[in-house]
Amino acid sequence: MSKFFAEAVLIATVASGIRLAVPLLVASLGETFGQRSGVLNLGVDGIMLLGAFSGYYAVLQSGNVWLGLLAGIGVGIALGLASAVISVSLLAEQGISGIGVYLFGLGMSDLLFQRLVGTPRPIKSFPKLDIPGLSDIPWVGRMLFRHSVIVYLAFVAIPFSMWVINRTTFGMKIRAVGENPEAADSVGVSVAGVRYATVTIGGTLAGVAGAALAIDLGIFQQNLTNAAGFIAIALVYFGAWRPLGVMAGALLYGFVNSLVLQFKTLGIIPRSWSDIAAMSPAVITILALVLVARRFRQPAALTKPFLRGE
Amino acid sequence: MTSTGAALDSRKRYLAYLVPMGAVSAALLVGAVMLLLLDASPLAGVKAMFNGAFGSREALSSTALKATPLLFVGVGITIAFRANVINIGGEGQLVAGGLLSTAVAIGLPDLPAFVMLPAVLLAGMVGGALWGAVPGALKAYYGVNEILSTIMLNVVAVQLMNFLLRGPLIDPGEIERGTRIPQTERLQANADLPLLFGSGRLHIGPLIAILAAVGAYILLWRTPLGYRLRAVGQSADASRYAGIPVKRIVLLALTLSGAVAGLAGAVLVFGSESHRMVTDGSTAGFTGSAGFNGIVAALFGGLHPLWTIPASFLFGGLLVGGNALQRAVQVPSALILALNGLVVVFVVATDRYRKRLRDQAARAAATAATVPALVGNERPPGLAGDDP
Repeated sequence: MSKFFAEAVLIATVASGIRLAVPLLVASLGETFGQRSGVLNLGVDGIMLLGAFSGYYAVLQSGNVWLGLLAGIGVGIALGLASAVISVSLLAEQGISGIGVYLFGLGMSDLLFQRLVGTPRPIKSFPKLDIPGLSDIPWVGRMLFRHSVIVYLAFVAIPFSMWVINRTTFGMKIRAVGENPEAADSVGVSVAGVRYATVTIGGTLAGVAGAALAIDLGIFQQNLTNAAGFIAIALVYFGAWRPLGVMAGALLYGFVNSLVLQFKTLGIIPRSWSDIAAMSPAVITILALVLVARRFRQPAALTKPFLRGE
Repeated sequence: MTSTGAALDSRKRYLAYLVPMGAVSAALLVGAVMLLLLDASPLAGVKAMFNGAFGSREALSSTALKATPLLFVGVGITIAFRANVINIGGEGQLVAGGLLSTAVAIGLPDLPAFVMLPAVLLAGMVGGALWGAVPGALKAYYGVNEILSTIMLNVVAVQLMNFLLRGPLIDPGEIERGTRIPQTERLQANADLPLLFGSGRLHIGPLIAILAAVGAYILLWRTPLGYRLRAVGQSADASRYAGIPVKRIVLLALTLSGAVAGLAGAVLVFGSESHRMVTDGSTAGFTGSAGFNGIVAALFGGLHPLWTIPASFLFGGLLVGGNALQRAVQVPSALILALNGLVVVFVVATDRYRKRLRDQAARAAATAATVPALVGNERPPGLAGDDP
């Protein structure tokens, strides 16, 4: 293999890893908000699927990718609010109710697709944006600064999430409600109010993640996410409930996936073994869960519904 | 007076039973509205679904066959949930059971059916048990959340299935012909599940599933092990205090749960019409999403193995009826999956209310039994604070 070729492959692998990480990153950041406030929303994948379909459909109809993203946001808000009603107001068992939301999204997105679109038609994708100056840096420029707009937006969301969670009053309330809802309640923080907000943020970002995935691929099909939403939830544990950790997890996932794809196309691993290689992200996640469970403590009130006086 | 107390008690108890029914009815009502929105007549839709699921002998056997994996998975989930372990890994455990039983059928020489059948069914159980034991051990000894690990293992199981059916277990004929369809050869006939009436499609799978449900009931409520499982589910701390090995029980709960789901995998392979294991690349291609729909059945059955039997047949009918719906009024059968999701949401969201009614009934009964002398509406202090 020539040196030039090896370079090109390496750069392409890193760049595509970053791109593959984006939907996971966005969905995981959203889920981080919910989990820090004590709510496990297992319905992420269902919300992503409906966000993906609505984003795809909006772009198909209008030809405008931003309208597609907006459709994803709308669906995400609606389903986020619905999830909040179920887990915060109705105090449902969070380990199960989210599976209901997932099945609903899986079925509903397929139903709408078959009914409204039928045969898959490709749509326009996000515009590319080469950051002036930076994109000309050798190696790094092509890895990091020649992406579509949505990639930059996703990475800007990380410091923003850190700032909200760690530096704002709202973030302090989120952490208080997630660690000790009784105490937060006793000093006048509305536990339900905070959780409604975080679960809706989570739903919104899941909707965005789905729409971004569909628009990035330029296509929709049944079960487009292929369990990405569940992986996003696992990444929140992986990242020990911190935005930077979540980012590391999403990037690792993206890189491993892109490496497996690259190996497959280059024939480095035999075709027959590519299914085994495709297991590696899930296996790595399980191993990471073991490590995180030993070293970090989850928010104390995670999955525990709060009812005053109970 | 005690008589009014007792009346109130029984009324609330019945109400508590009605809550899940109401939740399911509400979900189905949403389904009817969706049919209207899709320009299909709900009446014609319901009629087509009912006839498709229960209208003929053929329809009934389709329903029974569809209900079978739901019942296995549902029973498995009941066992885990009773120990307060949430098993979302039904899909992966089904696949693991199917794979190991298939491998055993390919590996063993032609043996008589009375050896072969138990062998492949046992292999299915072992496969599922292994796939359940991993998250079980991770939860018990490393504190890993079982919801996440079981979901991740679903992903691993599909890849393993794709690998094995495209490589080591593939039908040699597929390679000779160059078609390379990822499927095994027709597995040996001695492992075919016997047909129930000697003809048709209905095999003994549904009977095995019902036996498994009865077995789980006996295990949970009639054996010391079942008592321990339920004790851990009620309160892990109290159980530990009472000397119950909580970690081992948690591991066992997920292993047993996986074993029952794995049995479903074997039944799916050896009861299939082509008598082989096939993959289309996704889990749902093999399981028909039974690993998730089984959760729906178990929830509707109140997480009780015996009530899961009728619940599975109801949801099996719903799935079979969904296909009839597609043919009759041109509404994609994905509608049924969406409705199943709503059923889960509605049942879980009203569960708090059901428990409150049940507890009120129990308290009223206790009051009536222990303080018969009490007159009027007064109740002893401490039991009075009913509602928040």
